[in-house]
Amino acid sequence: MFLGIDYNTWWFLVFGAIITGYAILDGFDLGAGALHLFLKKEQSRRIAMNAIGPVWDGNEVWLVIGGGALFAGFPVAYAAVFSAFYLPAFIFLIGLIWRAVAIEFRSKEPGLRWRFAWDFIYSFACIVVTLSLGLMLGNVALGLPLNAQQEFTGNMLTFFNPFSILVAVTTLALFMMHGAIFLAMKTENRLYTKLTILAKNFTVFFIVTFALTTLYTLLYVPHMSDRIRSNPAYFIFPLIMFLAIANIPRLLKKSRYRSAFISSSITIACLLIAVAIEVFPNLLYASNNPAYSITIQNAASSVKTMKILLMIALIGTPLVLIYTGFVFWTFKGKVKLDETSY
Amino acid sequence: MSTEILARIQFAFTIAFHYIYPPLSIGLGLILVIMEGLYLKTKREVYKTMTRFWIKIFALIFGLGVATGIIMEFEFGTNWAVYSKYVGDVFGSALAAEGIFAFAIESGFLGILIFGWNRVSSTVHFISTIMVFFGSLFSAVWIVVANSWQQTPAGFHIVGKGLDARAEITDFWAMVFNPSSMQRLTHVWIGAFLAGAFLVLSVNAYYILKNRHLEIAKPAFKIALAVATFFSIAQLIAGSVSAEGVSKNQPAKLAAMEGHFDSNAVAPMYLFGWVDENKQRTSGVNIPGGLSFLVHKDFSKPVEGLNAIKPEDRPTQVNAIFQFYHIMIIIGVASIFLTLYACWLWKKGKLFDKRWLMIVFVWGVLLPQIANQCGWFTAEMGRQPWVVYGLLRTSDALSAAVKANEILTSLIMFTLVYATLFVLFLFIMNRKIKKGPELYEADDEETDHFGIRENPMVT
Ligand code: HDD
Ligand code: HEM
Ligand code: HEM
Repeated sequence: MFLGIDYNTWWFLVFGAIITGYAILDGFDLGAGALHLFLKKEQSRRIAMNAIGPVWDGNEVWLVIGGGALFAGFPVAYAAVFSAFYLPAFIFLIGLIWRAVAIEFRSKEPGLRWRFAWDFIYSFACIVVTLSLGLMLGNVALGLPLNAQQEFTGNMLTFFNPFSILVAVTTLALFMMHGAIFLAMKTENRLYTKLTILAKNFTVFFIVTFALTTLYTLLYVPHMSDRIRSNPAYFIFPLIMFLAIANIPRLLKKSRYRSAFISSSITIACLLIAVAIEVFPNLLYASNNPAYSITIQNAASSVKTMKILLMIALIGTPLVLIYTGFVFWTFKGKVKLDETSY
Repeated sequence: MSTEILARIQFAFTIAFHYIYPPLSIGLGLILVIMEGLYLKTKREVYKTMTRFWIKIFALIFGLGVATGIIMEFEFGTNWAVYSKYVGDVFGSALAAEGIFAFAIESGFLGILIFGWNRVSSTVHFISTIMVFFGSLFSAVWIVVANSWQQTPAGFHIVGKGLDARAEITDFWAMVFNPSSMQRLTHVWIGAFLAGAFLVLSVNAYYILKNRHLEIAKPAFKIALAVATFFSIAQLIAGSVSAEGVSKNQPAKLAAMEGHFDSNAVAPMYLFGWVDENKQRTSGVNIPGGLSFLVHKDFSKPVEGLNAIKPEDRPTQVNAIFQFYHIMIIIGVASIFLTLYACWLWKKGKLFDKRWLMIVFVWGVLLPQIANQCGWFTAEMGRQPWVVYGLLRTSDALSAAVKANEILTSLIMFTLVYATLFVLFLFIMNRKIKKGPELYEADDEETDHFGIRENPMVT
């Protein structure tokens, strides 16, 4: 116990916070990449890439930390989740590889055809990464068939259920909206105008997919909303989320892109919190027999390790926040291209 | 092929590919710190130009290191589920520490290193370079600690039985400072410094041969030569310490490294040779009693051989282990001679006169790369059949949920993707090197061409 909460729950919260951080931070990189081809001119694409240039790598580290945190705190879940999601996980990782190298390689040759090819690979990779991320999230929310050893017993097709596909598309819409707002924040003039229009369209796209997912959840996956329905206090999160979403078009109209960006970040956070509330204390719900579920109790490391991990987190987090803040601050404001740019 | 073999091939292939890049980043990080430090101290344009040129190369290499590293982190979970459960308590904390203490620093400051030249003061930029270098040093720390724990486990106890058995930490610092971690870390770091230094040597030797950018190539070559000479010698010492450590902690591995079978015999140390595993005979050029001396400080005492170890507990690919080990040592000794000879010429003022020497240095970039890979193959194959030495067998460590055909599919995917990446990487490196440090001005022209400098925001 630490401050009245047991260590496993603490680590669940830490892990959740890391994943939320990842979704907010890499979410705008991935979203910016996913809408890359909507920008038509070489110049605009360059600016868009340089907007995320100095930060995307640091943002991706949140994923690395999340992986480490899961491995360390809940090794059983780490083992089960990634061997269950074998192929989606590999598609996700290969997508990340291509995104990284596309950003790196694109600028290294001046030829327009070379750049076009990389633009395409880049955007496609971001879309694949986002969709597979959403697909995995959907399946985690829904649960997977597990056996008594907590090993996955389904096959490839298990992942492609309507609910998870809906979640995947919603994630894509959410990130594209988030990315468009981020880019609007970093650009000026005509490109800015274009991005505000895109941001509005993606907001609509997101609201539609989100409504469909919610409807589907209420109708077909009732266990996903049990806890929120039975405990009205939790309604605060969906409520904040709806307000945040509703706010975005208004803020964009007033060119208050920074506040719009905060709103879309809040949307992402609330969405993940809502999922976490429903999932807790499971890490992976066994859809065939709840007794086989992987929980924060039966998947956890020893108390000793949990303590060490909390120490590491307590020392590490402020450091990470300080220098991440410093880097964002250094590159604040509108993108200016110079000879160090991509 | 069995799931086990496929999973092992996949792991070996992806980590070996990853390991092309991190040593280069770590080594180039050191060289960048030196170059930029010299620039700040002397304010000479030469150092500035070379720093900025190598930052660009660094960025490219770093990108590939990151892209291939992410795969590694999740591969434990995808392919080695039992292993992950077994070691998660111990191993996971090292991996988590790596993310938060190393990668976060590295990737954060990388942005400033690459894009910050005109945005922050030169001191802040220099600090960022140092931070990136430290970050890369740290990322080696935690992963090597984790790997060393697999080689020489310490600071843990086993709870549970059979399928549920797992290691739990009892003493964090004993886990971190397990018997082999510090000596292996030193050896790995030095291997990385050599990889970076030899890359810089290679590129500049090429310019010198082509008579281009001489005003930059010559001083850069000298910086790298100093680094390479110092660490080549240090590596011999670090390597011997490692070998002694292996003799204490993993006698079966040592016996395989030298192809030693008979426990009653005095053991020679080979310079090179061949192991016939069926006849259990090793032949080649050797120092009689050399291994006995390493282990017992006595040329005439026998050394425990592979035959003393139960067949199911000892490594099988003895000849391969022997060869990998000896290639590494030959390269280590060769780089000492090569760099010392070059230093001697430098002292006489004739460093750049010998064309053949420059040609050797152009290809020299391969030496530490090969040695690094051979070293890991020695260490990892010598550890078999254990994945955690003496505790968990590789064959028991697999993910039960994963089928052979899934691994095969992903292996084929990786092979295709990595082959493409590697070709593109070489292509771009080649173009960058051919353009040379002047590239800068070329880039500026290009930006002008797009009208960016006059009016950056035209869309
Ligand atoms: C922290 C962990 C770790 C680290 C840093 C490395 N390895 Fe490793 N390696 C493993 C953890 C591991 C492992 C997960 O434990 C494997 C998989 C199966 C096995 O027996 O060990 C393994 C197997 C393995 C094999 C297969 C051995 C065999 O099947 O006979 C090779 C050739 C390598 N590795 C090579 C490398 C190289 C070139 C590395 C350079 C970076 C490296 N390893 C770093
Ligand atoms: C199985 C073992 C390994 C795993 C799981 C692993 C994991 C990773 C990950 C996730 C990244 C990307 C980090 C980011 O996003 O910034 C990375 C990059 C890196 N890794 Fe590894 N790694 C392994 C082996 C090694 C070894 C043996 C070394 C060095 C001795 C090393 C040194 C580095 C460095 C320096 C980077 C930064 C990128 C670069 O410099 O190329 N890694 N690794
Ligand atoms: C000069 C003589 C050298 C000796 C005597 C030597 C000795 C050793 C030994 C005994 C190991 C196995 C350690 C273990 O399994 O725990 C090893 C591994 C290794 N060696 Fe060397 N080595 C030498 C040179 C080099 C050079 C020149 C490089 C690279 C530039 C290098 C890179 C490595 C690496 C990367 C490993 C794997 C990591 C490790 O286990 O420490 N070695 N070396």
